[in-house]
Amino acid sequence: MSAQELLALADDELVLGWRNSEWTGIAPFLEEDVAFSSIAQTEIGHARAWYELAARLIEREGVDADTLAFDREPGEYRCAPFVEMRLVPDWAATIARHWLYETADRIRIETLKGSEERAVAALAEKIDREEAYHRMHAQMWAERLGEEPRFVAAVEELWPYAAALLPPEQRSTLATTMSREIPGNGPLLGKERGQHSDDFAPLWEEMTMVRRSVPGAAW
Amino acid sequence: MVTAAAVWDALAEIPDPEIPTVSLVDLGVIREVEVGDGRVRVSFTPTFLGCPAVEVMRSLMAERIRELGAEPEIDVASEGWSSDWISEEGRRKLRESGFAPPAHAGPATLVQIQTGQHPCPYCGSDDTRLENLFGPTPCRSIRYCDACRQPFEQFKTL
Repeated sequence: MSAQELLALADDELVLGWRNSEWTGIAPFLEEDVAFSSIAQTEIGHARAWYELAARLIEREGVDADTLAFDREPGEYRCAPFVEMRLVPDWAATIARHWLYETADRIRIETLKGSEERAVAALAEKIDREEAYHRMHAQMWAERLGEEPRFVAAVEELWPYAAALLPPEQRSTLATTMSREIPGNGPLLGKERGQHSDDFAPLWEEMTMVRRSVPGAAW
Repeated sequence: MVTAAAVWDALAEIPDPEIPTVSLVDLGVIREVEVGDGRVRVSFTPTFLGCPAVEVMRSLMAERIRELGAEPEIDVASEGWSSDWISEEGRRKLRESGFAPPAHAGPATLVQIQTGQHPCPYCGSDDTRLENLFGPTPCRSIRYCDACRQPFEQFKTL
């Protein structure tokens, strides 16, 4: 895999982890406060592992997981618009994204588990076992919200974003799993990886603020 | 000249930073120890990738190896940790300090919600239920015992 492909995976997990952590302290009840905080922590752990693989490929002096996570310019991030959207305090939309993301991510991880690169396959295998807990949580909430109109509307709205998370060749598997049609070019406009949503710039500002305030500081 | 056995003994004295009743060796996070030329190479794997204790574990191991007079080299193993690697001794220590040990690994989805897999570490009853898949650290879930009404933490099966 190229460093850019690894960065796409890492950036998705970092940014989604960041978004999930926005529920810390303000979730509708304590159990979900704990759940979203813990999910955020594991997603960011996965991001770190992918960044470490990317750093080995980049082989430039001083490049490590932290510099890749926090020292790049906004235009260099490879995350999909789907993970960038700020959805707090909308619980229905948050669960819709959580469920769609975990479903799509599973398809991506399955492919990576079959990679010929041993380090990639081993990491995907490890991540898959951890993600099983995220999937159980997402599935439980999707069933609980079921036909709730706000949840149904959020899934509808986020569906093209979720499809755009995956490379085109994996989208039909996702569509089959979700019993939906692959979105056409119109609905996908502005949602593909390589573009950023309006929510990304403020997220980047906030996420990198401490690093930028004292460059090179040790913790 | 330090021996591999001496290194294992030293590492077995390092408590897990978050559950100090079990050691790093009990947890099964240390996979291999190789000794040679004044160097000690340890192959180590974090429980969960998001485990915040990884750096602390790493520096504790390095410190112990230096105390033995060797230069440490701590590598992360490519094979991911499984909760099946917690030793019998480790499982006993977990129970004694109020944690339910993980069930033996099967598909996580099934194990986690199966009844009878996680007896209460306080009263031994099988009448326990999952309260929250997630807990205070990535490796723990929260359960509740309907027999003695004690909430307790359970090590996730991974």
